[in-house]
Amino acid sequence: MSALELSSRSRLDSRRARARATFGQLLRSASFDVGAVIVVFWIVDAIFWHALVPQDPQALNPLAALQGPTAAHWFGTDWLGRDVFSRTLAGSTSVLEIAPLATLLGIAGGTVVGLVTGYYGGAVDALVMRLVDAFLAFPLVIIAVLVLSLLGTSEITVIVLIGVIFTPVVSRTVRSVVLVERDKEYVASARLRGEGDWYIMTAEILPNVTTPIIVESTVRLGYAIFTAATLSFLSLGIQQPSPDWGLTISLGRQYLQIAPWIVLFPAVALATLVVAVNLVADSIQQVMAQ
Amino acid sequence: MSELRSADDVLSVSNLSISYRRRARAMRVVSDVSFSIRRGEAYGLVGESGCGKSTIAMAVMAYLADNALIDGGSIRLLGDEVIGARAADLREWRASRVAMVYQDPGSSLNPTMRVGRQLAEVYRYHDHVSWDAANASALTMFERVQFADPRTILERYPHELSGGQQQRVMIAMALAANPALLILDEPTTGLDATVEAEILDLVEELLRDIGTAALFISHNLAIVSRLCDRVGVLYAGRLVEEGPASEVLHTPHHPYSIGLLNSIPHWGATKDHLRLLPIPGDPPALGQIPSGCAFASRCAIAEDACLAAPPPLAPCSGVHSLSACLRRDDAADLAAVVAKNEAADGPAPVATPVRIGREAVVEVTDVIKRFSAHGTTLTAVSDLSLTLHRGEILGLVGESGSGKTTLARTIAGLYRADGGVVRVGDATTRSRRERASFLQMVFQNPDTALNAKFRVARLLGRSVKRLNPGLSADERQAKVLDVARSVKLQESHLDLLPGALSGGLKQRVAIGRAFTGDPTVVVLDEPASALDVSVQATILNLLVDLQREHDLAYLFISHDLSVVRYLSDRIAVMYLGELVEIGPAESVMRPPHHPYTEVLLSANAAAIAAGRARIRLRGPSPSLANPPSGCRFHTRCPRSLGELCATVAPPMQVADAGHQYRCHIEPSALATLQSLRPDAAAARDAETTTDTDATTTRSTRGHS
Amino acid sequence: MLTYLSKRLLLALVTLVLVSFIVFLASDVLPGDVGRTILGNFATQAQVHALDVKLGLDHPLLDRYWIWVSHFVRGNWGTSYTLQVPVFGLVMRHFLNSLILGAFALVLIVPISITFGVLAATHHDRPLDRVISVTGMSMLALPEFVTGIVVLVVFSIVVHWFPVSSSVPVFSLPSIVRNLFLPALPEMVLIFGYVSRMARAGTVEALNAGYTRTAVLKGLPRHRVMMRHVLRNSLLPTITVVAVQAGYLVGSLIVVETIFNYPGIGNLIYTAATNHDQPVLQAAVFLVALVYTLSNLAADLLYAVFNPRVRLAS
Repeated sequence: MSALELSSRSRLDSRRARARATFGQLLRSASFDVGAVIVVFWIVDAIFWHALVPQDPQALNPLAALQGPTAAHWFGTDWLGRDVFSRTLAGSTSVLEIAPLATLLGIAGGTVVGLVTGYYGGAVDALVMRLVDAFLAFPLVIIAVLVLSLLGTSEITVIVLIGVIFTPVVSRTVRSVVLVERDKEYVASARLRGEGDWYIMTAEILPNVTTPIIVESTVRLGYAIFTAATLSFLSLGIQQPSPDWGLTISLGRQYLQIAPWIVLFPAVALATLVVAVNLVADSIQQVMAQ
Repeated sequence: MSELRSADDVLSVSNLSISYRRRARAMRVVSDVSFSIRRGEAYGLVGESGCGKSTIAMAVMAYLADNALIDGGSIRLLGDEVIGARAADLREWRASRVAMVYQDPGSSLNPTMRVGRQLAEVYRYHDHVSWDAANASALTMFERVQFADPRTILERYPHELSGGQQQRVMIAMALAANPALLILDEPTTGLDATVEAEILDLVEELLRDIGTAALFISHNLAIVSRLCDRVGVLYAGRLVEEGPASEVLHTPHHPYSIGLLNSIPHWGATKDHLRLLPIPGDPPALGQIPSGCAFASRCAIAEDACLAAPPPLAPCSGVHSLSACLRRDDAADLAAVVAKNEAADGPAPVATPVRIGREAVVEVTDVIKRFSAHGTTLTAVSDLSLTLHRGEILGLVGESGSGKTTLARTIAGLYRADGGVVRVGDATTRSRRERASFLQMVFQNPDTALNAKFRVARLLGRSVKRLNPGLSADERQAKVLDVARSVKLQESHLDLLPGALSGGLKQRVAIGRAFTGDPTVVVLDEPASALDVSVQATILNLLVDLQREHDLAYLFISHDLSVVRYLSDRIAVMYLGELVEIGPAESVMRPPHHPYTEVLLSANAAAIAAGRARIRLRGPSPSLANPPSGCRFHTRCPRSLGELCATVAPPMQVADAGHQYRCHIEPSALATLQSLRPDAAAARDAETTTDTDATTTRSTRGHS
Repeated sequence: MLTYLSKRLLLALVTLVLVSFIVFLASDVLPGDVGRTILGNFATQAQVHALDVKLGLDHPLLDRYWIWVSHFVRGNWGTSYTLQVPVFGLVMRHFLNSLILGAFALVLIVPISITFGVLAATHHDRPLDRVISVTGMSMLALPEFVTGIVVLVVFSIVVHWFPVSSSVPVFSLPSIVRNLFLPALPEMVLIFGYVSRMARAGTVEALNAGYTRTAVLKGLPRHRVMMRHVLRNSLLPTITVVAVQAGYLVGSLIVVETIFNYPGIGNLIYTAATNHDQPVLQAAVFLVALVYTLSNLAADLLYAVFNPRVRLAS
């Protein structure tokens, strides 16, 4: 076996070993395990709910409206007689479409803004950061209410809106780590050999800030679900007749006193999802911090 | 070592073993360590990073990290067992039986509490006196640690004090409850040489007056032996040598101790006469202690028996020292053995003529560099001019805040000068790329100087590509291998990430990277300071070899005068952003020289160990934002003339050929002033530097 | 301290100007044809134009911004399109209601949150810490409407302890608790998440700090180490979070006030947004942003007061 083969094998091994060590550590954390199982369950459900639901979630049955949980309808029926159990299972799709896409958008935008402002600093940085400050002075939901009530709503609008709202938040995080990296000598060394700014930002600095970006992504995903569901609840997101959880809770609210199961089950479902995502995010954060 | 224990022991540590658990693995950091400290004795514990010395100190304080596990042994403090002691007993013993001074005084003081109150607390809670009485005692204590104005210091918050003042507060606090044992854990690391010297003087004086026993922990054998009666040398968690300080310093009997001493240029040595003798290889990684003698893999006289089991500490013949080496009585001759091996490895030192008078490769004229932050502007470099010639090593010396790194970065082109001209290269150096291949830089900290996400091959390859635009892929590959070989990296290293390399290897990669474009000038900003002593020498030797081979010019920055003196053809001294002296190395080291240089020299630990007299610096260090009028050094100058120095900026005086200093005192007068003090060392310096035989120099040094 | 203060003030002022411009733009430009929106599809173009002139919509953008700002500063906030009442009184009344609700939640939960955060830190990585941390994090993750619904189901429908819909309390303890406890609960859940997490993180850091080691190794009693050395430093960042949360809270009441039909500013913003009541929307949103910016400023000032490094900086 040649020296080169040997070293490339050891290189692979070392990379695998590191990945395995990180993952092994994650697996040893109970909160990660619980969170991951729940998240995976909801993702599988979001994709394959057609195969999982006992009844068509949109099938109306006015005669069986507002029934409590029975053997036929495990979670009862809603005001149109639709099966709450089926609707709860089908309700994860919309939020699991919106949240990851919005997160991706926000992370991408925030990474670009954070890299550029952090790397260049100076007047542009000061200006952008003031804008970010001003932007952050508005509670997220208020911006969403303002914009969506004016522009009208669609799934795409909600994704873009959450993505745009996340951009300044993410950019702040990225900027703060870029500020630290920028002053390290490897960047000075790159400049001394005549590298361009773009190369330094993308090839030298970016790989060194991936850890905080990953952590931020998982945290943002939790917030994205939070926000998307809240917008649905305020009737500013997904529209009828979607089985979306936030929307269902919003509409079923008026039956709260006679048929609390209509809102209770989607609420619990949503709660498990957001808590699970945050459990995973928190575990990743802890492992990455070491 | 039970025969050493006596009723008179303040501290007795026996068979102490400690591990850290990390990711369910136990890593042994201290193995079977035994030593004791008698009443009033100062004991030094010396070793490099990761050798377990701080862990031992924390074990004595019963303040180990949560993941530390004491595997066995005992720690007795005035006869009482510390391991497993009750919390109430520990609380009582801390401060009154044992107290500690830490490496970083800045973070060891509570930032939201006045330092006077932090000291008074000790009296309040140990002596159970009123706050008024406690405050009064605090004032007395601050007087004892020689604060010029103790009453105002009482009212200060830590951030309002300098590093040296903070460490005085820590010392005052540690001594407040009259402990039987004072532990000093690298108390001067991170402080400037002049401040370090003051703190060490203070500690020396206090220990003598109070009669407190001390456990002094340091990586610097010279400092430890100055303060301590006995010294223990730790390597990879084991005590490898123990004995009277002067014996361990001058006639060490363990190959590691010998290697440590040989790694640092002793006072007066220069590269032209003496090649440093580094310890080959690296210390074992944390928790990976081999079964036999941990040093065997780096040892020139190791034999098969060394690998069987860790050798116990045993007496050496003819001296009082104990050494954990099977060949301890042969070890004294080790220097000769190593020198022979080393000779095959690198070129022998040659005396080269002073390289002045060749063409200039860097010309700095009236350069000014300012920084503004939070509304104030600091002039980090003011009106500075100097020239670097082809093939010479110019050493740049100064303490923190002197502007030496700023100057280096301005020359390298990382900062744009706010005034004056930096000319790099010759007529052919016009484009950015030409400049980049002409001048490169090596930074202090290889951890941050190498992109942690790039493998070594890419780190070198990218630089080869940028600095040698014409090369084909194959030629680039060949060049990478070539560079790797020239900095003594193995081919297998190329596939590793920096994180998998030791500090010394990382710095070799960084040096290799700077040499990929065959530069003419290399700026070296403290290239060996972040490394362990035993690894430093390898790097310095490598730099000397490369410089000779390629006829390079170096701008070499260091706070360590011994290293600068060893390496440099010429030396430049900076103080508060100004060049105060420049000239041929040996000329700068001898009077007449700038009073600041004089102070720096007298604060150098190696110089002190070599018997130089001490001159103290007056007053606090002035701020760059508000530099003193007249001569910037006048507020602290031991030779100040008063009014003139305070008002008129001094001229450059010519001491002798190529040697200038900025002062109002003329060379002849200054020479007289500076030779007035007893300075036996100066004479001896001259003697040893003329001695060209490396091994003789080293073995005679101790006895002279 | 003075430079720090003036710098913070200046920054806050710049932020406010930007904030007001964003509010103005969002409610002025985004909706497009306001006259048409108000009058509906059946109005003639002339009628729409007449309304635009009446509302001052025919002026250039910057002029309109300036007019709006100068009116706003003088308390002349216009008239609500839908309710036809002066905006100032309307917004202020709702704002005050929200303030009462927010203050109630803060006063009740902040001390509890800090206590649990510190408790978690002193039991770092032990079961109690895990329980507190995971609980806090889960609380942080839950949208207010989810907790709101669950709270409503449990306390109003299952046990009938509290009314389904809340109103502004009169000044008596039973009335305050009866009307505010339920709507405050979802907010308290969120605040607990934030504040306990910050208090824990700050305290863990302080416990591991060099100065705490010094204090312990000085042989000080445990309570002295905790109170004077650990908490004095660790609660500094927590103070900032509480102040920032106070500002954020007012804005985040939108969901809770909708669920509980509480006549606060969030409720007002939501109604105004769905009704395109532009003057109300502008004023209310700007007020929320103003409160947020001011509470950020207050956080900075508090931090300065408690931190000698900032306080004594010349």
